[in-house]
Amino acid sequence: MKLVIIAGPPSTGKTALTKQLIRRFQNEMKIAYLKIDVVKAFEDIELRKEFNILTKKVYSGDLCPDHAEVMVMGDAIEWAESTKADLFIVESAGLCLRCSPYLNQGLGIVVLSSIAGIHTPEKMGAMVSLADIAVVTKIDLVSQAEREVLIQKIKEVHPKIILLETNALQGTSLQRLYNLIKNSADIDKETLQLKGNPPLGVCTICVGKKEIGWKHHFGIVKKLDSLAAEYLYRGE
Amino acid sequence: MIKEITILPGKDKNDHKENFDQITLKAGETISIVGPTGSGKTAFITDIELLAQGDTSTGRYILINGKKPAEEVRYDPAQKPIAMITQNTKCFADLSVEEFLYIHARARKINNKKIVNDTMRLANKFTGEKITLQNKVTLLSGGQTRSLLIADALLIGAAPIILLDEIENAGIFKQEVIEIIKSTSKIIIFVTHDPVIALLTKKRLIMSNGGVRKIVSQNESESGAAKNLLEYDQKMGVIRENLRAGFEITKELVSANFA
Repeated sequence: MKLVIIAGPPSTGKTALTKQLIRRFQNEMKIAYLKIDVVKAFEDIELRKEFNILTKKVYSGDLCPDHAEVMVMGDAIEWAESTKADLFIVESAGLCLRCSPYLNQGLGIVVLSSIAGIHTPEKMGAMVSLADIAVVTKIDLVSQAEREVLIQKIKEVHPKIILLETNALQGTSLQRLYNLIKNSADIDKETLQLKGNPPLGVCTICVGKKEIGWKHHFGIVKKLDSLAAEYLYRGE
Repeated sequence: MIKEITILPGKDKNDHKENFDQITLKAGETISIVGPTGSGKTAFITDIELLAQGDTSTGRYILINGKKPAEEVRYDPAQKPIAMITQNTKCFADLSVEEFLYIHARARKINNKKIVNDTMRLANKFTGEKITLQNKVTLLSGGQTRSLLIADALLIGAAPIILLDEIENAGIFKQEVIEIIKSTSKIIIFVTHDPVIALLTKKRLIMSNGGVRKIVSQNESESGAAKNLLEYDQKMGVIRENLRAGFEITKELVSANFA
């Protein structure tokens, strides 16, 4: 089974891209689809209706969506395999931008909108820097020069990323992506791992203390003005 | 070196194959694309810009020097031989003119800050409202944005193929742009509703229903007509500038005298 994980901020065109992938592959592969979202999602119903494929969704609620993904992915892959799927597409909300949902196998695709703002690639951190492929959408809305400026910014964050531009509603220029998916290796579920480092999760904030100010907490404690680096805390 | 590009037919909106075998454009040639809105003009030049390989909504193929372009040429802006001026008159990037041009120059592998000044200076020839390097691109007017993007396409894009989508819009100095573009040996494709531009090009593609319906070549009588029309257009330009400046428009100013 091939695995494709699609991440990106809301309303960038992840589902529009997913639809193009399904349209392209539905006659040659059996496709299963999982949507991970926080509060509400309709894509599973929409895709099931439109393409008659197997879909599932999970809401993370108060848990971060990437944490939720780590928890459910094992079962989700078992499920997709049990349906005899050849291609498993996972679409993730990826909201806080600290983490990325990509695994060490399959393809990680980040979807960015041309009109998202020029600093977005830098702000999105691991979601861009750990992706295999970046798909820039809504290219019909901006000038070629502006698209090239955004692409340059993405390349400066991740020089080796494979870049594609598309109008995802029409599915223009996606041939290269189709080839990459077609030629991607099957996953081995015994050795699947998160690509990025998870965030630190052993602090009093994580366990639910709501008080603000460092005096109320223990674990990773730092005062506002004692920051040595740009980050409050960074792992190894 | 780009000597020519070839467009192979795709399908119109009713899925019928387009009525031509191939269209070849050689360096130094100009061509205009005409037809009502929704007839597929912008889709045609977008196919060229994306170097379509049967993977756009029209199914057309674009060849460079008779061959399928390499993947790197399709996907790396620094190698892309095409600059396109779209109808967009808005930039979303939160950058100053200077930053915008400099990043774009880097994307096109030009490591020379002089190009930023040159581009701004050229842009100011196309618009009456002065653009400065400190202006935010998000705050430029429609005319300023288009002028900047045209200058950017000519100097930073510096591509052998230039695609211009309705250059006559947004109140820029059309004649200046045409003059500068015509003095190069580029392949230039105009999408236009403007009879002057359409008559000045060597070939016209007539579009309808998403496909190319007809290809017309300019003949001698037409190029004569184009000259007359150009004079008329210049006159219109003078009247427009007078109106903008608040002057009274006299009867003499609008007297027509066609050959």
